[in-house]
Amino acid sequence: MDILNNILAGQIPMELYLGVSLIMFFAGIYGFLSRRSMLMILISIELMLNAADINFVVFNRYLFPGQMEGFFFALFTIAIAACETAVAIAIIINIYRNLTSVEVGTLDQMKE
Amino acid sequence: MAQQIIFFVLAAIIAIFSILAVTSKRIIRSATYLLFVLLATAGLYLLLGYNYLFAVQIAVYAGGVMVLFIFAILLTNKPGESLKTELPVRRVAAGVTAIAGLAFCAHVIYWNIAKVTTLVEKADLTPQQLGHTMMGTDKYQYLMPFETISILLLACIVGAIMIARKR
Repeated sequence: MDILNNILAGQIPMELYLGVSLIMFFAGIYGFLSRRSMLMILISIELMLNAADINFVVFNRYLFPGQMEGFFFALFTIAIAACETAVAIAIIINIYRNLTSVEVGTLDQMKE
Repeated sequence: MAQQIIFFVLAAIIAIFSILAVTSKRIIRSATYLLFVLLATAGLYLLLGYNYLFAVQIAVYAGGVMVLFIFAILLTNKPGESLKTELPVRRVAAGVTAIAGLAFCAHVIYWNIAKVTTLVEKADLTPQQLGHTMMGTDKYQYLMPFETISILLLACIVGAIMIARKR
């Protein structure tokens, strides 16, 4: 009821933002656990990182509007996520060159 | 009222396309759905009043990371081939894990955050303020992380070239 009143009064309550990022995060977890292709796992990781970014920004905006810690955390997280994706895709392409497959199950052939 | 409508449209886009992205059979479709999710997230940042973060999200994620993904998918996938998923038992286990975690976190959020829903009207984040905060060395200023990130980017460029080049 509180949520409904807040929405009608012209404010979007904080838990709706958190709910959106929650759905995104657990979609990422499901994809991470249920997929075999390494690229799909990387896509799931991107979803999870993005959900964490939304949380940082929303907490900053709603709870500490005069400060900028959450904002800068989100900014640096985006940069680190870009780095991580670049290195991970380089590794995946290298694995594909050696094994002609990007599935997780075939990775233990790399030992031989 | 317009703000609410925009928020719910963006929230619906994020919820639907993030679930589609992890359940789709074709990986190129998954990447496209991920792009929609990232763009809608940028919309949320704009709605919260952080214009700079909106621009960064569009440029870095929707621009840079998605191009990398598309390249990697086109380099490693045979066209028209659908992806294999894990065994059904593991998929069910993953689904149960995700739904249980979702229910638990939703419970925690609903019972704890419901008390603090006051949105202060303006975020007033001017570009001058942003630049001073990013380039200052005082407390709550971020020159050191900024430079660390640039070193990390350099190391990442060198590392990616080293790993992915042909020998």
